[in-house]
Amino acid sequence: MKTKTLITAAAAAFMAAAPAMAELFIPSLTYRSGPYAANGIPTADGYADYLTLLNERDGGIGGEPINMVECETGYNTEKGVECYEALKGQGALVFHPWSTGITYQLIPKATADGIPVHSVGYGRTSAKNGEVFRWVFNYPANYWDGASIAIKHILDEEGGSLEGKKIALVYHNSAFGKEPIRTLEELGAMHGYELVLLPVDHPGQEQKSQWLQIRRERPDYTIMWGWGVMNQVAIQEAVNIRYPMDHFIGIWWSGSENDVKPAGEGADGYKALTFNGMEQDYPIFEDIQKYVVDKGLAAGAGDQIGTVLYMRGLYSALMTTEAIKKAQEIHGTAQVTPAMVRDGYEALDITQETYASLGLPGFGPDIKGSCQNHGGQGLGAVSQWNASEGKFTMVTDYIEANQDVIQPLIEADSMAYAEENGITPGCD
Amino acid sequence: MFYREAGDFKTSYVDDNQTFPIKFDRYRYYAVLAVAFGVVPFFINDYWANAVLLPFLIYAIAAIGLNILVGYCGQVSLGTGGFMAVGAYATYKLMTAFPDINIFFHIILAGGVTAIVGVLFGLPSLRIKGFYLAVATLAAQFFLVWLFNRVPWFYNYSASGQINAPERTVFGQAVTGPATEAWATYLFCLVFTVGCAILARNLTRGTVGRKWMSIRDMDIAAEIIGVNPLTAKMTAFAVSSFFIGIAGALFFAVYLGAVEVGEVYGINKSFLVLFMIIIGGLGSIFGSFAGAAFLVLLPVLLKNLLVGTMGWPTDLAAHFELMIVGALIIVFLIAEPHGLAQLWRVTKEKLRLWPFPH
Repeated sequence: MKTKTLITAAAAAFMAAAPAMAELFIPSLTYRSGPYAANGIPTADGYADYLTLLNERDGGIGGEPINMVECETGYNTEKGVECYEALKGQGALVFHPWSTGITYQLIPKATADGIPVHSVGYGRTSAKNGEVFRWVFNYPANYWDGASIAIKHILDEEGGSLEGKKIALVYHNSAFGKEPIRTLEELGAMHGYELVLLPVDHPGQEQKSQWLQIRRERPDYTIMWGWGVMNQVAIQEAVNIRYPMDHFIGIWWSGSENDVKPAGEGADGYKALTFNGMEQDYPIFEDIQKYVVDKGLAAGAGDQIGTVLYMRGLYSALMTTEAIKKAQEIHGTAQVTPAMVRDGYEALDITQETYASLGLPGFGPDIKGSCQNHGGQGLGAVSQWNASEGKFTMVTDYIEANQDVIQPLIEADSMAYAEENGITPGCD
Repeated sequence: MFYREAGDFKTSYVDDNQTFPIKFDRYRYYAVLAVAFGVVPFFINDYWANAVLLPFLIYAIAAIGLNILVGYCGQVSLGTGGFMAVGAYATYKLMTAFPDINIFFHIILAGGVTAIVGVLFGLPSLRIKGFYLAVATLAAQFFLVWLFNRVPWFYNYSASGQINAPERTVFGQAVTGPATEAWATYLFCLVFTVGCAILARNLTRGTVGRKWMSIRDMDIAAEIIGVNPLTAKMTAFAVSSFFIGIAGALFFAVYLGAVEVGEVYGINKSFLVLFMIIIGGLGSIFGSFAGAAFLVLLPVLLKNLLVGTMGWPTDLAAHFELMIVGALIIVFLIAEPHGLAQLWRVTKEKLRLWPFPH
């Protein structure tokens, strides 16, 4: 009887959570709990605050108010699927899965349902090939770009040659962490460095053996593909073994204040890639203060404003809303559908003027999309942690990834996917 | 009034030995089956299928499997996640190697492969018992996950290390891959769940099941009365792993479609299924269903209630969900240590006398 009562109660609750059709329904899959929360909270806050800002200041996009609904995934695939199914039924325009695992999960589902998925600098790299992945976007850069940019930076540091050098990759042992391996191996063959692979299992709280190995093998550089609690532990371990921090480079997901602060002064000089600016004086902060914070509408605890990952969440919202604007322009209607949003994404054209007009001058690289190119131009920069000032600063300009190496890899991987799934590549 | 033998005459041994000897119980069972096969498929949508019913059906199979080993044979196992992974990777390899063979047979075969692996890891149970066996199966859990992450052959050398289920059909209707209908995947899993439940129920009622239970209750005494512990324990491991393998295969191929072994089949999964059978009731097929329903439905229900209806922030709701589920588990274990199945039994007893309990 107990189960029956439960089922009846469940049914009642599902009915109660009936969809509320809104003008522009943009869901946000977040993880404000679990081992990845330290990184999930600022990202989700940035994303939410930008959309709130547009609602409060401009009355939404093109006059249509935005309805943003958060759904907690805890970085867990099963919960991600539940969120996707629940939100898709309510007319979601676009999904940001915020997890490579969930992205892989949603690529086939969203393609069948016709809803764009935008994985901002994560997810499946070969989704850049828009002819195969019709509904998936990974602007502004992907993991293979990241790997190439890191190697380019190391090349610059070493005066152009990596012959006989040893580079270690500390990575989250999942689809996310394994992404750069193929590119790093390819580049290793080209530049003559030796690659040492050190996987760290989810969630990454235990890394003693990996760092013992680094201490023994003394790699010249260490690259990290980490997320969540893994970042903090890795940086702390690196400090513990006195690894030279300026030879330790993280992907853009391994370089936020929450990752370096626990290690204190020792983390000074740690480097991380980035695809967006991290200045503290963008004009947009005044608007956020005025329209969001002062009105008490800031997402979460409101203490993340201006941090690296907050800005990245904000950047994601910016690209999404620009795509929706484009879609409204192309189709001449403010009430867009997911299919129109895809057209908007493919016509995405963000220039320095766009950033300046949005109150974020010099915030990120130019992005120009097309049906073939769902991934942007693959530009990234290197930032460095300054422990005494407590902030990351950019130490290089935007570097272009080695597309000669990456493009054939993308071609091969996406074509293999197309063949496996019976997709005929092409634009419709 | 309900559940009474009175007036329910049996005239043959077959009648006397049926699974549900009480008429009311039997009709209730037929009614549940009729609704599950005849009504639900017409009303199901993607949300109900993917968020509620598929996980429930698949976890129920896994819980039945583990219940055979832990509940009926008394061998504690923490390797469920690893064995589910074996089922998933076996289906994946079979699906991609023999695309022309029906997925139905691949899933059965995957169960068979898991049974072999299960027997292999069950061998230590002949020498060690109790907590020590739990630790040995824990080793299986970690070893299997490590293996599937480490050896690229298992994931066909894909760059991401993930496995993706290609589209496969049954009677021309896609049951795996992205373009599936909710009712098709639901019915496909339902067939497996019902089949496994009937099989398990009948196994546990027969000689094999009695041998398992004698081993569980006192292995030395069982040996003295002529039960071979080797075959009894090994069959328990094989049958249990067979079901768990099928659950793992369905979990990957039908429910998720893309799987990352460390995340999906990690140690958490082993504990989740173990909690299911403890809450549901050890040594009970109904308990496996009840436990699976409790742990699959309750979080979804709480989430919809707290976030959807009451409008709480998602993070607060997520934390509360953990606390409420945890508290309920403790309450249940204190109030009814034999699980939901025992509650069901007590209810039946009460209903039998109702409305004249004296």
